[in-house]
Parts: sequence; structure tokens; C-alpha cells
Amino acid sequence: MSFNNLDTLYRQVIMDHYKNPRNRGQIEGDHLSVELNNPTCGDRIDLQLKVDDGVVQDAKFEGEGCSISLSSASMMTQVIIGQNVEDALKMSQMFSDMMLGEEMEGYEFNLDELGDIQALQGVAKFPARIKCATLAWKAMEQGVEKEES
Amino acid sequence: MAILDHVRRDFPILDQHVNDHPLVYLDSSATSQKPQQVIDAVDNYYKQYNSNVHRGVHTLGSYATDGYEGARKKVKDFINAPSTKEVIFTRGTTTALNTVAYSYARANLSEGDEILLTKMEHHSNLIPWQQAAKATGATLTYLPLQEDGTISLSDVESMISDKTKIVAMAHVSNVLGTINPIKEVTEIAHRYGAVTVVDGAQSVPHMRVDVQDLDVDFYAFSAHKMVGPTGIGVLYGKQSFLNDMEPVEFGGEMIDFVNLYDSTWKELPWKFEGGTPIIAGAIGLGAAIDYLESVGMAQIEKHEHELVQYALEQMNTIDGITIYGPQERAGLVTFNLDDVHPHDLATALDSIGVAVRAGHHCAQPLMKELNVVATARASFYLYNTKQDVDVFVEGLKKAKEFFGDVF
Ligand SMILES: Cc1ncc(COP(=O)(O)O)c(C=O)c1O
Repeated sequence: MSFNNLDTLYRQVIMDHYKNPRNRGQIEGDHLSVELNNPTCGDRIDLQLKVDDGVVQDAKFEGEGCSISLSSASMMTQVIIGQNVEDALKMSQMFSDMMLGEEMEGYEFNLDELGDIQALQGVAKFPARIKCATLAWKAMEQGVEKEES
Repeated sequence: MAILDHVRRDFPILDQHVNDHPLVYLDSSATSQKPQQVIDAVDNYYKQYNSNVHRGVHTLGSYATDGYEGARKKVKDFINAPSTKEVIFTRGTTTALNTVAYSYARANLSEGDEILLTKMEHHSNLIPWQQAAKATGATLTYLPLQEDGTISLSDVESMISDKTKIVAMAHVSNVLGTINPIKEVTEIAHRYGAVTVVDGAQSVPHMRVDVQDLDVDFYAFSAHKMVGPTGIGVLYGKQSFLNDMEPVEFGGEMIDFVNLYDSTWKELPWKFEGGTPIIAGAIGLGAAIDYLESVGMAQIEKHEHELVQYALEQMNTIDGITIYGPQERAGLVTFNLDDVHPHDLATALDSIGVAVRAGHHCAQPLMKELNVVATARASFYLYNTKQDVDVFVEGLKKAKEFFGDVF
């Protein structure tokens, strides 16, 4: 009995983000926030975004959840800060394709630009965990929509 | 513990590998596996006598009606109901409890009345009462949970009053495994003129339940947790209440006379079974009861007791484990392992073929009470073995190591 195939899921980078989350906390001053939870399992994320001139200036999160949901949130904040809203949404789409195990074609960025997020590719093979990985991204999409409306 | 080893062979699904490891199914509280006998009963119905019930005069129709009503008789005997009129087939526990909340509670509650609940209820025995309270102006009151995850009868005595019209609680908690003293609670409730509504989803599959001995007014359970099919369950209710209650669903099968502007209902239990009933499901439930009886409810209860006590003993040897609920409990253990989120733990166990549940187990208020966001749960049934427990506990130790290393 061994957990060999677990290594494809729990990569070192993921564990690092889980243990040392980046951008965890509260944005001071003007920002918008979205709280989402995963009702079947109790994961919760409170994502805060500061969007000015169509650009994500800052992103922070709070919440509780498993290693996959929290590391995904941490990685996401890292990569979307500094992106314009349109690109952030495209990345979200790309991430969703990645989770569905689909070809990530037709995007102007390549995987490398998603940084640490590539490490989450293994989640695609664990269907029960995809919702954990996409929670933060869904919160981001909702936040950006809020900003636009 | 060898007594029940033979039953494993009756469950074809257990004979498989998951992620290259023999399946160890420890999620029977969510839904149980089905023996060949139940699968065959449903299969035979569809292959040999599929027909609608209570209609027409043809031969297959009467076979189907006999199968369906025969299952009702089996349920009546199984829970020792006084009459088949008091056995209503529903979609499951949830629908059964909602039927009482709609039909009984809305008609009998008014402002100032109270519904007494516990803090360990499954959402199915909680939200229907919240909704009924909102609709009638009644209020919900909650019995506190004691340190060990039980309720105390002295709290029941002190919280109940003439204002209490309904006392609703689980017979067995799906999270804590607590076995609530339903007979004693019912005796207190009746002294105050309140009715008891009991969620038997986690009790009927695992122990002998006698509704007359308990003297409960309403009792609900689901077939799929007791080796039967999904999509069918039972509401038992005392005739004296059911007679006065209005149906919740109207349509075919439940009517007596239909006129242009008014109609009358069939007698019990059919007035609560609008539409073509769950025929295959009921026949499957009947076969499930035959199966459980052939093994023996006392045997099943004893077997699970031994398994869960063994599991508790083994799990308690693991550093950093927190186990929720009392020592004396039904066959399930809800727990957390320090520094390993229950989802991660469940994924790790799944990778070696062990199926456990992770999450809030449809009991969010209880999770708050326990001060956790999620927990993992292993639950046992007649087909589980001591070896299953060993594989599971070994898996817990490995998971602790694995996540300890990667952290
Ligand atoms: C204690 C308890 N009550 C109610 C239910 C709901 O049962 P069902 O989903 O079959 O309606 C369950 C099942 O999860 C349960 O464990």
C-alpha cells in the first residue's frame, strides 16, 4: 500500500502555497470583495480585489479549505495582480480548461505565464477535487463582473 | 466477528479494485451497498411483471400491486407498526419529514408555539422546521449538546413546555453516532401534549426499531441506507394524526371521487401517495428487509458495535487525531487529523481504495457547534470487516506521514 500516485496531485509547490499562502489577508481601503463557499464540503473563500482603470491592482484572500482550494487561491492572486480584467478572465477560462483536461489552445499566454498554477494540472485527474481548485477563480470572475456592472 | 463474513459475498460491488487497491467501502452512512438479492428483486420486477399498480384488471397489474403492497406489509412488520395504513411510501427520509412539516406542522402550529430540536440534526430534519416556523410564526428551540455529543433528558425536561407542539430529532446522529433516547424523550413530549417526529435514517438500517415500543408519532427512513434502492423511503405516522392531515401532493392514485370543483381522497395510506408510486423501489425495499431479517438485526447491531469499538481503539493510537461523539455509539466515526484537511485525507485514502466521507455531512449547525469547518467520517455496515478497519487505520497513519513530509 502506498500513496505513489498522490505525488501527481500534491506537488511540492502546492504544499508550499498551502503552508505559506501568498496574499492572504485584507486589502486596506477601497476594494470589492466576494465570498464564495463550496456548500458540499465547507470550503470558503473571501476574495478581495482592487480594480482601477480596468487593471487588477491588488488581490488578497481569507478563508478556510483544503490544500487544493487554498493553494489555488494563493497562486491565483499572484498571477492576476497587474493583469487587466480581460486577461484575468481569459486566464480563468484557461484554468477551467486545464481542470477539465482539455487542450489549452487559442490563448495568447502559454502555461509558463500562469506560473505556479501549472502545478495544479494534476487535479484534472481527481474529478472530486476540481471544485476545490476552481473556487477562487469563480470568486474572481464574480468580483470582476461586480466591478463592471 | 467471523459471523458476518459470508454476507460480503452477497454484495457484488465490494469485489473490485479502486485505484489498484481492493475497495474498502466505509461510507455506508451516505448510502449502503446492495446485495444481489435486492438487485434481483428489482430486476425481476422489470423483466417479469412490470405494470402499474391499483389499476386495470390484467394479471401483471395484480402481480405488481401484490409486490408493492406486499412490501408495505414487510415494512409494517419490520418496524412493528400497528397497521399498513400507517406506512406511507415516500421518496426518502427528506420527503417524509417534509410531509410532516407541511401537512401536520402548518395546520397545527401558530404564533407562540415551539418546535424543539437538537443541535445535531441533519439538514433534512432542520430546514423543514425552519420553513414551517416561518410560515406559522412558531419558534425553534434547541436542546444543547453535551460535551460528549449526547443530549440530556433533564435538558429535555427543562426546555419543554406547554408551548412545545413538536419535538423533532434524529434517532442516531449521522455525524456523532449518538443514539438518542427516543422512548424517554417521547414519554416527556407526550406529557406536555407535543408530538415526536423522529429521523430514523441512521437507525432503521442498523438496529431493531419498534415504533410501538418507542411510541413515536412520526418516524422517517430511507431504503438506500438499508441495502435497498435509492428513491424510496417511509413515513410512519399514527393513524390518529394521519387521518386528519391533508395530502401534500394531489393527482392520480390518491383520489376517491373527482368532480369539477372538488374531490375526495382515498383512505390511508394512499391519500399521501399521489401519482404512480415507486413500484420497483418498494419491491427492492421489501427485498432489503427480507435480506436484513435473514442476517438478523441483532447480529448486525452486534457486528457494527464490535467494529466501531475496534476502530475507535485503533484510531485512538494515532497522535493528533480528534474523534467526535460519545464512546457508546452507532457504527460510524467522525474525526479530524491535525494539519490534514479532511478533503486531502479522503483523497489520500481513496488512492488506496478506501472510501470515506469528507465535508460537513449535511449538518452545518453541528459543525459550528464542534467548531470545525469540515470533518472526515468512516461508517460501517454488516459487510465491513475488521480487516477493513485495519486497512483504513493503516491509511490514516500513512496519510499523516505523507502530509507531514510534504509540509
Ligand atoms: C440523519 C439523516 N437524516 C436524513 C438524511 C436524509 O436522507 P435522504 O437523503 O435519503 O432523504 C440522512 C442522509 O444523509 C441522514 O443521515
